[in-house]
Amino acid sequence: MLPLHAEVINVSGRDKITTIKNAVDIAKDGDTIVVNGGIYKEKNIVIKKKITLLGKNNPVLDGEGTYEILTIKDVAGVVVSGLTFQYSGFSSLKDLAAIKVIDSRQFLITKNTILNTHFAIYIAGCDNFSITYNQIRGVPGNDEQTTGNGIHLWKNSYAKIANNNITGHRDGIYFEFVQHSTITDNYCKSNIRYGLHFMFSNNDEYINNTFEKNGAGVAVMFSNNIHMFKNHFLFNQGESTYGLLLKEINDGIIRDNVFEQNTIGIYLEGTNRIDVTNNKFLRNGYAIRIQASCNNNNVNNNNFFENTFDVATNGSLVLNNFNGNFWDKYDGYDLKRDGVGDVPYRPISLFSMVIENIPVASVFLRSFIVFLLDQSEKIIPSITPENLVDNTPLIKPVKM
Amino acid sequence: MNKIVKYVTIDILKSKVVLTYLLFLFLTCFGIFNLDNNTTKGILSLLNIILFIVPLVSLIYSTIYIFNSGEFIELLVAQPISRKKLITSIYAAVSLSLVTAFIVGAGIPVLIYSPDKIGLLFIITGALLTLIFTSLAFFGSVITRDKAKGIGMAIFIWLFFSILYDGILLLIMFQFSDYPIEKLIIVLSSFNPVDISRILILIHTDYSALMGYSGALFKEFLGSQKGSVVIFAILIVWIIVPTIAAIRKFIRKDF
Repeated sequence: MLPLHAEVINVSGRDKITTIKNAVDIAKDGDTIVVNGGIYKEKNIVIKKKITLLGKNNPVLDGEGTYEILTIKDVAGVVVSGLTFQYSGFSSLKDLAAIKVIDSRQFLITKNTILNTHFAIYIAGCDNFSITYNQIRGVPGNDEQTTGNGIHLWKNSYAKIANNNITGHRDGIYFEFVQHSTITDNYCKSNIRYGLHFMFSNNDEYINNTFEKNGAGVAVMFSNNIHMFKNHFLFNQGESTYGLLLKEINDGIIRDNVFEQNTIGIYLEGTNRIDVTNNKFLRNGYAIRIQASCNNNNVNNNNFFENTFDVATNGSLVLNNFNGNFWDKYDGYDLKRDGVGDVPYRPISLFSMVIENIPVASVFLRSFIVFLLDQSEKIIPSITPENLVDNTPLIKPVKM
Repeated sequence: MNKIVKYVTIDILKSKVVLTYLLFLFLTCFGIFNLDNNTTKGILSLLNIILFIVPLVSLIYSTIYIFNSGEFIELLVAQPISRKKLITSIYAAVSLSLVTAFIVGAGIPVLIYSPDKIGLLFIITGALLTLIFTSLAFFGSVITRDKAKGIGMAIFIWLFFSILYDGILLLIMFQFSDYPIEKLIIVLSSFNPVDISRILILIHTDYSALMGYSGALFKEFLGSQKGSVVIFAILIVWIIVPTIAAIRKFIRKDF
């Protein structure tokens, strides 16, 4: 049954209704609750009706460091917009969040500010919803164990996550068992573990996001058919840090991304049939690190500029294709003038193989002996894998 | 003493070798900075050239200079001048003109294109390397009377520090890779002035951050304030010890 008319219920210190809980109690399906400016400490607010919850003049919902602030359950069509949430409870048993949505559909969480919470937005068992334009900032100084994820999705489908700004959480955005969802235009910075994390999630795409200075930019694990387009991976630097970490994934596409100044641009382990095309790798420690457990991946038409090492691997088995890229270290020639170098390029240097086995050898980085060894290895490859070769290296960078 | 320094300096300027060296450095630095729009990368490209050229020129030029002015030195030894004063004056003149050539030739372009901590560090290490290899050259040419032997020794010293030493360390690393040799390798490589200069500059660029685990490893050992002090102390020891050895040998030398 559709409601015939919707009412607007005002909540503020001066109105008849002073608490959100009270407003929720009297609201009917389709009503709008306008929360006016002020601080609301109402423990846990539970919504099981189709309500629009709007903030006006920056109202603050405070969890006092103990409670989950807003819980939405078994309902379709809820809108939460313009509110500030802060200080949710912390618990290692329950995943307390600022906004938790369970078993619901078609809801929208937009333009909220979420500060100093355990989990910011936690969605479980939902489908067809949007989370947009939220500002999320975690608790400063926390470690991986004591903080939750910024946007946490568990067992959902058809989600749309767009234009959010997430910093200081464990994972910026976390996907587990999430299908057919899109993540666009988000900015994940300084998250403790990953900017974006996929687990067991298939058929998703993320486009035009920026991942900066996270423990690792994006981790895609045990997932199939993930599309990754036009993202920026910047300054993800550290001991075991990657711009993009791929582990046990199949059939993805990585296109038009920029990897800049990461310790490792892309790390591939146990990945199959991934296409890496039209990406730009600029000034990374390692542009691509591809383990011998990878099979049938295509790395074509990418630009490699000023990386310390273009490609590194851990074994001699190479079942992947590296043709048609532009490598700034390529010193071959093009007599035919067809834009393709006449001699193949071997992107793996001997020294990267040495460091692979003996990390301390990096004290010889940029020393003359390493230059000599690399040159002699180029002429007669003996240690570096013979099959890891670009047979059609480009003379000029790919236009992007 | 000032007089000897003056005459030797004039003599060096007359020969124009040092001026050519200055010009070469100047043009190379400008060329490299103009080729690379990224100055940090420019510094790193320069680093390779400097670590190669500076020791070589310092060694060969100083050695040849001392042997060529053998008669002049013999003449002065016959005068009532203390031998210690004589050799230190010649050392001061040769090393000062080489250091000046380096600071003018490489320092000016570096300070124009990269006027920061890395640029300054680069100039200081370059100057220290010049002093180190000049004093090694002095030691080498004082202990032998044969010019061919002296130049051979200079070339060997250069070859040893630029290539052989690292080769030996790499060999040790391969042989003992099953053992925890990280600290040993870092300590051993810090005994080589060329290696330690390269590491000093690399750990102050963002290169070590990009190297992940191994980068963090040697940043931990050498990247701290204390590490920098130790590195400079090692470099200065490399200047002082061969110089003193050369002076002692020269005082007792039979002409």
